[in-house]
Amino acid sequence: MILLTHYLILSALLFVIGVGGIMINRRNLVVLLMCIELMLLAVNTNLVAFSHYLNDLNGEVLVFFILTVAAAESAIGLALIVALYRNRGTIEVDKLDSLKG
Amino acid sequence: MIVHHIQTASLICILSPLLGAAISGLAGKRIGNRASHTVAIVGLAISFAAAIYLFAQVVLYKVPVYNADLYLWGGSGRFSFHAGILVDSLTTVMVTTVTFVSLLVHVYSIGYMRGDPAYHRFFSYMSLFTFFMLVLVMGNNFLMLFFGWEGVGLVSYLLIGFWFERESAARGSMKAFIVNRVGDFGFILGIAVVLAYFGTLDYAQVFKQAPSLAGEIVDISGTQFSVITVMALLLFVGAMGKSAQIPLHVWLPESMEGPTPISALIHAATMVTAGVYMVARLSPLFEFSEVALSVVLVFGATGALFLGMLALVENDIKRVIAYSTMSQLGYMMAANGVSAFSAAIFHLMTHACFKALLFLAAGSVIVALHHQQDMRKMGGLRKYLPITYITFLIGALALAALPPFAGFYSKDAIIEVVKQANTPGATYAYYCLLIGAFVTSLYIFRAFFMTFHGEERMVDDQNEHKHGHGEIHESEYFILLPLVLLAIPSIFLGFMMVTPMLYSGQFSLLGSSIYVAPEFDFMTALVTHYDGPAYMALTAFMHPPFWLSVLGILMAWCFYVKYPYWATYTRKYMEIFYCVLKNKYGFDAFNDFFFVRGVRGISQFFYRIGDVKIIDDCMVNGTGRAISHMSAWVRKLQSGYLYHYVFVMILGLFAFLAWVLL
Repeated sequence: MILLTHYLILSALLFVIGVGGIMINRRNLVVLLMCIELMLLAVNTNLVAFSHYLNDLNGEVLVFFILTVAAAESAIGLALIVALYRNRGTIEVDKLDSLKG
Repeated sequence: MIVHHIQTASLICILSPLLGAAISGLAGKRIGNRASHTVAIVGLAISFAAAIYLFAQVVLYKVPVYNADLYLWGGSGRFSFHAGILVDSLTTVMVTTVTFVSLLVHVYSIGYMRGDPAYHRFFSYMSLFTFFMLVLVMGNNFLMLFFGWEGVGLVSYLLIGFWFERESAARGSMKAFIVNRVGDFGFILGIAVVLAYFGTLDYAQVFKQAPSLAGEIVDISGTQFSVITVMALLLFVGAMGKSAQIPLHVWLPESMEGPTPISALIHAATMVTAGVYMVARLSPLFEFSEVALSVVLVFGATGALFLGMLALVENDIKRVIAYSTMSQLGYMMAANGVSAFSAAIFHLMTHACFKALLFLAAGSVIVALHHQQDMRKMGGLRKYLPITYITFLIGALALAALPPFAGFYSKDAIIEVVKQANTPGATYAYYCLLIGAFVTSLYIFRAFFMTFHGEERMVDDQNEHKHGHGEIHESEYFILLPLVLLAIPSIFLGFMMVTPMLYSGQFSLLGSSIYVAPEFDFMTALVTHYDGPAYMALTAFMHPPFWLSVLGILMAWCFYVKYPYWATYTRKYMEIFYCVLKNKYGFDAFNDFFFVRGVRGISQFFYRIGDVKIIDDCMVNGTGRAISHMSAWVRKLQSGYLYHYVFVMILGLFAFLAWVLL
């Protein structure tokens, strides 16, 4: 029997992996994007789990919408990375520090 | 109906010089010199006509006193400030004198200022001055008085510094302005005390309440003072500044740096008499304080003698007359001090005529000699400048108070009334004024003989173009006309006016516009001995002032015409005396040492500590420095690394979560 707790643990793990990826990863901007997506998915998992638990279909429907929007976001993010690469010749996170004060 | 006429006439009287000033000042360049002086003079002439009308209505037809607020200027709480007009006999006497002298000086200036690059500016200032002076004398409350007071001070500053390219003129105007500020400080404090105790600035209401305040006592740092005394003394400080009384007289000699018509109009005939007018106008206040009257008397009499003596060693013809003005103002103040306000105003009138005459005649000499003012370089001008000579002589005789000239009646009355008075200090004042009469005739005839008699000392300066004596010729018509017109009242005014002004008891010309307390009424005692002006002139030789004046003239003649070497001897044997006079009793040195240097020292201190250290270093630069330090620290947060930002975001998220859950 898979309980709500298991889902919550899974999503917490996914979220922490995402956060850890962001913190540890210093080289690749694409990995950073993937980590953010991972965090989003973790949260979505939470949402589905709770909606199932509460017998409310609205949450599951909402997740479909969120996923669609997230896909569009990632597409934009990837397009930005491509544009960045064309401009700067790198997508290494450590080197993108021109915003430094 | 007549009330409307009075109101219209007084408004025309006040505003037409202002209009003239505005046109000739603002449009002077466009309409040209000729048009600007025409505008100014026409404005003044209208004003003079209105003044004559008012004088006739009030003095001859005995129209009741016109006193009305015309405009509410402002109000606050229980106070309200009005612009209003008061027309009584004192006002009309002043207005007539002011507009008359001003009109003649305007005409004179056409000749005197010809060719000056700022010709229209000069006329504009003079008309503006007349406007302010009229506001001063026609206002019906302290506020109008103060407005006019400051206005004439401002124009005086502008006109002394009229030739501001000259260092000495710029300095002189600054000195006049600053010394007057000292006086005005007292004046405005006095007005504040009036407002505090009476709750109003309106003359009529203040005077009505004055008797009830007579016994009031105020405690200033442990000492008891009568409120009215404090009020009157503070107001008198203002009068000291404006009317050049010791010790605030130091600005008047410096004011001679201005053009001569200005010296005649502002620094002899009108503005400097504002203090005398003020004391007379506020007589219902001063009468309730014997202390204040006594102070006025002693300061006036001291000035009358000691400032007159300074004229004995002065060689600049205009400065001699300037010291003479201070001395005569001292006479007027002394008359105020013994409550002979009518005598003070009478002397003010006659003095305005003959002193303006003396100044304008001196100006005529100065023009003829191509702006030479040093009397040591004059002499024997009698045959070159006959009309100037005669008019100057008339002015000098009037000043020396010989009968039947105008000055005789007014000055003799003052000396007599001071003799009768028993105000504290009256004996001292009497001897001051008596010796002053001798000094007066001595210095003015010294100037007269040095200028018009004796050998000719017109030396050409090396660097000036050579001009022979034949080139010295009488001044033009515009200059001579005012001289002649002023010479007439200098002869006859005293004879004509002495009876109505002084010796008509309760029917006298000034009537109810001045108030004399019964215990100070020394003028009435004189009325009983009075038998008409002719008798007064004929019996003049029975009184010491006459002989002192004659002695002064004789001495001047001996020293400067007959035996010129006497003057040199005297100077040699009275070296100390000469030195004291030459240094003007050290007033200038004292002021220089204490005030100028003292203030400079304090200013230096505040500049170094307050300005450089606190404001510049701490506040202005300090703000910049603090921001730069803070941002250097804050800048470290902004590393530019994405993961730092994300880390902070997550920390924030956790913090938020913790806050919600716990």
